[in-house]
Amino acid sequence: MPAQGTQPKKRKAVTRTTDSIAAIKKEKFGYTEARHLLLRAGFGGTDEQIRTLAKWGPEKAVDHLVDYDQIPGQAATADAFKSDIIRPLSREERQRVNRARQTGDEDTLAQYRTERQRRQREDRRQMREIQRDWLTRMVQTPKPLEEKMTLFWHGHFATSFRIVEDSYHMYAQNRMLRGNAMGNFGSLLRGIIRDPAMLRYLNNNQNRKDSPNENLGRELLELFSLGEGNYTERDIKEAARTLTGFTYEDDSFRFNKTQHDQGMKYVLGVQGNIDGNSLVSAILNQEACALFICFKLYKFFVRDIPMDLSALDMGTRKAILQLAQLFRANNYEIKPVMRKLLLSRHFYDPINMGTKIKSPSELLIGSVRSLKVPVRDIGIMYDAMELMGQSLFMPPSVKGWDGGRSWINTSTMFVRQNTLIYLLTGALPTRPLFMKDQQNFDAMALVPSLNTPDDSDPSDEQIVRELASLTIGDADDETIGSVIRGSIGEGTMQDQDAVVRALVMLTSMPGYQLC
Amino acid sequence: MSNHLNPSDVKAYTRREFVKSSALFASAALTVPAFVQSSAFALPRPMMGLSSIAGVDEDKILVVVQLSGGNDGLNTLVPFGDDAYQRVRPRIALQANEILALERNGGLGLHGAMGGFKELYDEGMCAIVQGVGYPNPNRSHFASMDIWHTADTTGTGDGWLGKYVDSQCCGYGSGTPGSKNTANQDPPPPPIAIGKTAPLALHGRTMMPVAIEKADMYQWTGDKLGDDLKDEYHKLIKANDEAAQHEGAEDNHSFLVRTAMDAQVSSKKIRQAVDEQSLVQYPNSSLASQLSMIASMIRAGLPTRVFYVSHGSFDTHANQGGLQGTHARLLQQVSDAVGAFYKDLKAQGNEGRVLTSCFSEFGRRVGQNGSGGTDHGTAAPMFLFGPMVKPGLHARYPSLTNLDNGDLKYTVDFRQVYAEILDGWLSAKSSDVLGRGYKHLRVLKKS
Repeated sequence: MPAQGTQPKKRKAVTRTTDSIAAIKKEKFGYTEARHLLLRAGFGGTDEQIRTLAKWGPEKAVDHLVDYDQIPGQAATADAFKSDIIRPLSREERQRVNRARQTGDEDTLAQYRTERQRRQREDRRQMREIQRDWLTRMVQTPKPLEEKMTLFWHGHFATSFRIVEDSYHMYAQNRMLRGNAMGNFGSLLRGIIRDPAMLRYLNNNQNRKDSPNENLGRELLELFSLGEGNYTERDIKEAARTLTGFTYEDDSFRFNKTQHDQGMKYVLGVQGNIDGNSLVSAILNQEACALFICFKLYKFFVRDIPMDLSALDMGTRKAILQLAQLFRANNYEIKPVMRKLLLSRHFYDPINMGTKIKSPSELLIGSVRSLKVPVRDIGIMYDAMELMGQSLFMPPSVKGWDGGRSWINTSTMFVRQNTLIYLLTGALPTRPLFMKDQQNFDAMALVPSLNTPDDSDPSDEQIVRELASLTIGDADDETIGSVIRGSIGEGTMQDQDAVVRALVMLTSMPGYQLC
Repeated sequence: MSNHLNPSDVKAYTRREFVKSSALFASAALTVPAFVQSSAFALPRPMMGLSSIAGVDEDKILVVVQLSGGNDGLNTLVPFGDDAYQRVRPRIALQANEILALERNGGLGLHGAMGGFKELYDEGMCAIVQGVGYPNPNRSHFASMDIWHTADTTGTGDGWLGKYVDSQCCGYGSGTPGSKNTANQDPPPPPIAIGKTAPLALHGRTMMPVAIEKADMYQWTGDKLGDDLKDEYHKLIKANDEAAQHEGAEDNHSFLVRTAMDAQVSSKKIRQAVDEQSLVQYPNSSLASQLSMIASMIRAGLPTRVFYVSHGSFDTHANQGGLQGTHARLLQQVSDAVGAFYKDLKAQGNEGRVLTSCFSEFGRRVGQNGSGGTDHGTAAPMFLFGPMVKPGLHARYPSLTNLDNGDLKYTVDFRQVYAEILDGWLSAKSSDVLGRGYKHLRVLKKS
């Protein structure tokens, strides 16, 4: 059973790490490593799933996660959502509105206003459905890395419904990101500068040759591809010019030729009458691009580090540089980099195991998937994620979610603990109905020793140790003793209520916030 | 590469810093966590007089009151003497006998329902900035709110008060990527929003704002699920915290232990504070209870420097009324709540520590619409309260005839007020926070 590496409390800051991105040896890949892989490249898993991956060994386990397109999965919900709730006025409607404005026909104007407000309400309702749809997908998917990668790109190409105000565009973007999540980064960049939601979010629909809007051009270089300091202000201005006329009509990209600046441009060392496509090529030619994306992948999947090579220990620096080199050598294909990373000895270095603060989605989706608690109410789950600071489709800014310690303060700590208590028991802070709502939760099934064919009686300590290894990893005697005292009640630990109480306490421990 | 600090480098959370800064007050530090106690200077203590101790600004507090939905500025600070006003608002214009005239300002007054504001005005505790807006006004609620929150006309980026916190603890704000070398002080405690979630304005890079909807929800649910569970959990967290403190560890686990401990102690403290009877009677509105919660926290000596509340909805598209009606009711709620808040602060002796700023994402159009309401507009007045303000009217009232497509032309950029608040009250460097310098609107007394 686990697990060194899952008890970060005792660990001092490690300054030397395994630098090698060579593959971990089969004999070094045990339960702890398989658990780590599943937590990071997915949302964690059950004891059985972890054992299966451990048995398969690193190559097969990583292949299974990375080659997810081999797994038959949920069919694309192609037209599950309405595309025309928010739609532009027809020519006829526009004319009517204009006439009403000129003649001061307030009744007609009020009628259109009411209709618009109705549509906006309807659209916000659909947005909530789409948000829940994605959460449900994360909970159920047989290809967890697909959703994890999609979430990574959503945070990378952060776009918010608050500004886009068109749920279908948000949904379409999500599909585009999912479709390319493990594909080619160049295709993603080319997709994002044609994506209606992004074009609206960063005002590129207002980027015209006579009055350029630099918003998309700037973020494309600063946040999406190169990182600060790897371009000049002139590059930004010129990049914006290449993107003039990149707009959308209804639900599709439209290149508005009359608004496109056809003049000579000079951007990132490339000269000519170039447009957004060639801009992307120029970006991909920069070494900084591969490095920047590898940094972000590393931060998301491995460890929260400063985006600055000189601030890193030697091992981490070498690992990231090697990944960046691989990324370029493979023409920005994402899969080889992810495969290398997840297989690398560096990925399983103790400094990288059990030390990362879970994002709200990792915490909640991971709990549902590994503890098999019932979702109960996907709406409450979504609201809880919002309270924890991660509202899907509504990142706080174009910079996405910072992650790491920025997730945590006293109020989010309570929300994190209390949401777990809700999932385990159905109790809410204002409505503590402990033990009233457990029809769907078989807590006893989580204890291996209660589910073995032999009829030996596990001790209370054995039961709590097994629950601990499932949640916080190895625990010291003090913790085990305390959990027993806190949960055992009048009887023994071989009791559903006692096991649930133990899980309440264990998932409330700070260690449960780490993966 | 981005210069954003890695959160794990943030001084805010390191055990070593904590131990160092609390060494002088070791006995207190072992029992009172960082959330509750910022430094020895901020121990609960009513301030004498109106101003704080020279050179020590740790006790200055900013409260932001957001009027959500777009408050109709014209029927708030009413130019009742202006013919143009009466002409374009036949159904909803207020008459001379329906307003609270402001001394020496013929033709201008507060809506008749705003007795609370008027009282503060007469006491020299209210500054009104007229015609506040920004270039190329956006009439979408979300977009314009984001613009006010980020202090950026694209509405993207971090919140202005989040950037303020960042600039205080880590040496960088919006425009100037800093380095750890410029970090010069302990970080301020995170801002507190009263509500389900914290607004964008409070979001920065280094710490999440705290959101408290109700004191009884700011609590571990496990407390209610059995005494053994409750006792053992709290004991275990405390033991973990002591162990981590003893080791001086600075890793993520210690950070989480510290936060869980902070949460435990501050939850108790806040629930106790809120349970205590206020020194004055508050009116019955959600804004009033939010402000009374803040007053209780201030009274209990929480070191929080920025609080945020919102009230709405001011989106009065139809039948907004005049002296009576929807808009009047909203204005009365705000005005009475703020009035009671300052009475409470005065009774505590804390009014000199608290600056309150009240804004809305936009005003409304000059003319009424066909439904006896008003549609989304542009510039509107902003209100500031507290004995540190220069009382009276500031800037110019926008012309009601020289309009931009039926809308008022703003006379003051809201960031000029932010700059004044940042530099003059919060002792920050406004150009770091706002990305550039703005001409201050001198609405605060020189400290």
